[in-house]
Amino acid sequence: MSATVPVRITVNGASHQLDVEPRRLLVHALREELGLTGTHVGCDTSSCGACTIHLDGVAVKSCTVLAVQCDGREVTTIEGLGSTDDLHPMQEAFWEHHGLQCGYCTPGMIMAGVDLLNRTSQPSESEIRHAIEGNLCRCTGYHNIVKAIQAASGQQTEATSQARDEVQA
Amino acid sequence: MTATEAAPNGAALHVGRSLKRKEDPRLITGRARYVDDMTVPGLLHAAIVRSPEAHAMIVSIDSSAALAREDVELVLTGQDMTDLESPLPCAWVPPGTEIANAPHWALARGQVNHVGDPVAIVVGTDRYAVVDAAEEVLVEYESLPVIVDPRAALADGATLVHEDLGSNRVFEFSLGGGDVEAGLAEADVVVQREIVNHRTSGAPIEPRGVIADFRAGSLTIHSSTQVPHFVRLFLALQLGISEERIRAVAPEVGGGFGAKLQFYGEEVLLAYASRRLQRPIKWIETRSEHMQVAHHGRDQIATCRMGARQDGTITAFHVQITADLGAYLMLLTPVIPVLGAFVMGGCYAIPNVRTDITGVFTNKMSTDAIRGAGRPEATHMVEVMIDQLASELGMSPPAIRRKNFIPKESFPAEVATGVVYDSGDYHGSLDKLMGKLDVEAFKREQAELRGRGIYRGIGLSTYTEICGLAPSRIVGPSGLGLQTGLWESAMVRVHISGAVTVYSGASPHGQGLDTSFAQIVADRLGVDPEVVEVIHGDTGTGPQGLGTYGSRSLSVGGEAIARATAKVAEKAKAIVAHELEAAAQDIEVSGDRFSVRGSPDHGMSLAEVAGAAYIPENLPEGMEPGLEETTFYDPENFVFPFGAHAAIVDVDGETGKVAVARYIAVDDCGPAVNPMIIDGQIHGGITHAIGQALYERVHYDDDGQLVTGTFVDYSLPSAAEVPMFETDRTETPSPSNSLGVKGVGEAGTIGASAAVTNAVIDALRPLGVTFMNMPLTPMRVWEAIEEARGGVPA
Ligand code: FES
Ligand code: FES
Repeated sequence: MSATVPVRITVNGASHQLDVEPRRLLVHALREELGLTGTHVGCDTSSCGACTIHLDGVAVKSCTVLAVQCDGREVTTIEGLGSTDDLHPMQEAFWEHHGLQCGYCTPGMIMAGVDLLNRTSQPSESEIRHAIEGNLCRCTGYHNIVKAIQAASGQQTEATSQARDEVQA
Repeated sequence: MTATEAAPNGAALHVGRSLKRKEDPRLITGRARYVDDMTVPGLLHAAIVRSPEAHAMIVSIDSSAALAREDVELVLTGQDMTDLESPLPCAWVPPGTEIANAPHWALARGQVNHVGDPVAIVVGTDRYAVVDAAEEVLVEYESLPVIVDPRAALADGATLVHEDLGSNRVFEFSLGGGDVEAGLAEADVVVQREIVNHRTSGAPIEPRGVIADFRAGSLTIHSSTQVPHFVRLFLALQLGISEERIRAVAPEVGGGFGAKLQFYGEEVLLAYASRRLQRPIKWIETRSEHMQVAHHGRDQIATCRMGARQDGTITAFHVQITADLGAYLMLLTPVIPVLGAFVMGGCYAIPNVRTDITGVFTNKMSTDAIRGAGRPEATHMVEVMIDQLASELGMSPPAIRRKNFIPKESFPAEVATGVVYDSGDYHGSLDKLMGKLDVEAFKREQAELRGRGIYRGIGLSTYTEICGLAPSRIVGPSGLGLQTGLWESAMVRVHISGAVTVYSGASPHGQGLDTSFAQIVADRLGVDPEVVEVIHGDTGTGPQGLGTYGSRSLSVGGEAIARATAKVAEKAKAIVAHELEAAAQDIEVSGDRFSVRGSPDHGMSLAEVAGAAYIPENLPEGMEPGLEETTFYDPENFVFPFGAHAAIVDVDGETGKVAVARYIAVDDCGPAVNPMIIDGQIHGGITHAIGQALYERVHYDDDGQLVTGTFVDYSLPSAAEVPMFETDRTETPSPSNSLGVKGVGEAGTIGASAAVTNAVIDALRPLGVTFMNMPLTPMRVWEAIEEARGGVPA
């Protein structure tokens, strides 16, 4: 292993001192050094978005950032967004609207969705679709992901889960 | 939507409802555990050295530099592994048909036959370091001529992939009934087209990955697979260790789409190296590796002839498929086109249907099952052909379909290909679809758009498919020739507290089956789905199973669960009857209790029944204590889901770019267990097929180099490329199982590529384009337009 460099990164509110190879990708530092395996890797060309996290509050693909570039900066991962007992509204909306199947793209999608609403509180369907263009999902066909993001932004959407049984009964 | 009356007595409380998924809390919080999320003490990492050549002799391999590194523990080449018991398996041995096969080893021995063919494995202590070390393994190749085109591969004197076989021809197989030549002779009109279902990738967003941990004579293998039980069996056969010494686990799996319905060389390599080193080893596929060496799908070129009388009655359909199988036969490689041949007649009463298949070796990655596996290809052929025929006859696409549909009254219907379609109402789904179209509005918009150079078209696809794999007596060794049974197992265990654990032999990876299975069990035992836990994907727990593929896990796996649960309920009723001094046949499940019919207060909860079963002070004479049951269920027949889809597309006449403006799908997979999950499967399936129709293509150049080796050049559809989908259902129960259900995992993919293609052709007809093959990329559409205009495309 080549020489390592010390970096201090705040991840989900906790400060961490790491020694990393200069070439180490942020996604690997998060997953392997810090055990935050909710951030996934789906490609090697920065195309899929499975690795999306927030760096200083803005969504980035953590496979395109080196850990050393994050010295002194703040990272939020899916684990820092909410927990099973205290879900973030975006997580809640993905569950409610069946915005996931295998779940592999999901953490990245959720982080991208939160980032969009941070910038645009009431995005249109087309704004949502373009905002998550860099996040690939092979399972859902995006329909319910778009609905989930709309719902998380407080916009009216057609019911997806239990509620729709009542509507359709 | 009304709740389905699926429970044996009492109303269904949970089946038929869009319950939120039990799987989701761990997935939305990043707490799921996929293979790469796991670690083991002492874990080593592996990287694989792969051939950059499509066809070459291996002259020498020099691993010394890699081995000299401190962070490398082991390098293995094909020559180091000659003690493997057998090559990688192909499970199709059709009685009476010769199949040419060449040994396919986990590491190449002396020769490589496609780009990505593995040549060596490097094992070391650090994940980045093994990738560096793999670069230091020096392999000298002597290039051989390359054959890429499957038709050219069949010509005399063609370059041979496997020299000693003397030919690239793998097999010839025909399936059909009636007399197609007589049928075509009877026709007033015969349309002939060459239809290409090009090569695609499954491309689940989670690539494959393996952790092998061989300790004290036993192997634990975690693999991102759809078939853990097959992985265990084949590892036992390859490594010469007995099956009970192996535990194969499919943990959280990030999608499969058939790409993980395979037994891969990497699974053998990791297990072999772990046994050698007595250390755990992890290998995670990169996306570039996935594009190269996770098996591909489709790749069939077909000459199709369809004949009809002037009134539109189809008299015959003949299809001659050249199937590009790639360089090796993997688990199901040659049988994939055959699966499609069973439904080559589509939804139609065509008396004469025959599919002749020629399988061919080329210097490419193997093809095998990818979502739909043969049936999308077949549906694409029959549905594009029927539109071509309609246009020739001057009939409308709905009219020609209605003319030829197998009528509802004819089910179960034996069709020309010899299978018996279980149930169907094709007029019903098409009528429902047409009711949603608003043809007047379409025409208005079409005219408006034309003024802006946009050509709007509409395309239909009415499909049926064969799934619920599979009745063992039909597909097994002496039937179709698969060297396996295809039943499924279930074990239902009621704990003393009244909580329930279900062990399924299915191995879901995104389908939401934990939820659907829990709904089925909950209704039958009078409990909340919350207290029904579903365990799967682990050969160390529960009975032998067969995995998830072929849209089988609800109609076969779910039926097994329903039957095991029925046995539990029967025992519970006997216990309740004994406790309450009533007759067992008078006990029913009503709400959350087993009670005496007519007096709902007089009863016991499942927890009370379990208490009586596990503390057996007052059980009926001769009854064993405990409350759990196992079932192995082998279906009598396949199931045949069906539906009617319509795509409305806008083609830019200047650029050739196609946009899907509307997509409407009416599907029938029998009574819905969870409508929300069904819609989700349909959305994803349609999007997969839109990808194939418009964007995705695995492309090799003439030298056998893979041109589409990453997600940059292999374009999966993104959210910006698909619309909101308009879905609806009809519910025609299948007589094949007690739930009445049919599969839905592949339906969208099977139905949709033809709808999109027919829509693009419809859009382009005013420009003189009357036929096109996928993928309908801007370049190809533009070229077709230019050609029709009489220009010469660049
Ligand atoms: S892993 Fe980062 S974009 Fe794919
Ligand atoms: S849910 Fe499977 S990739 Fe998106």
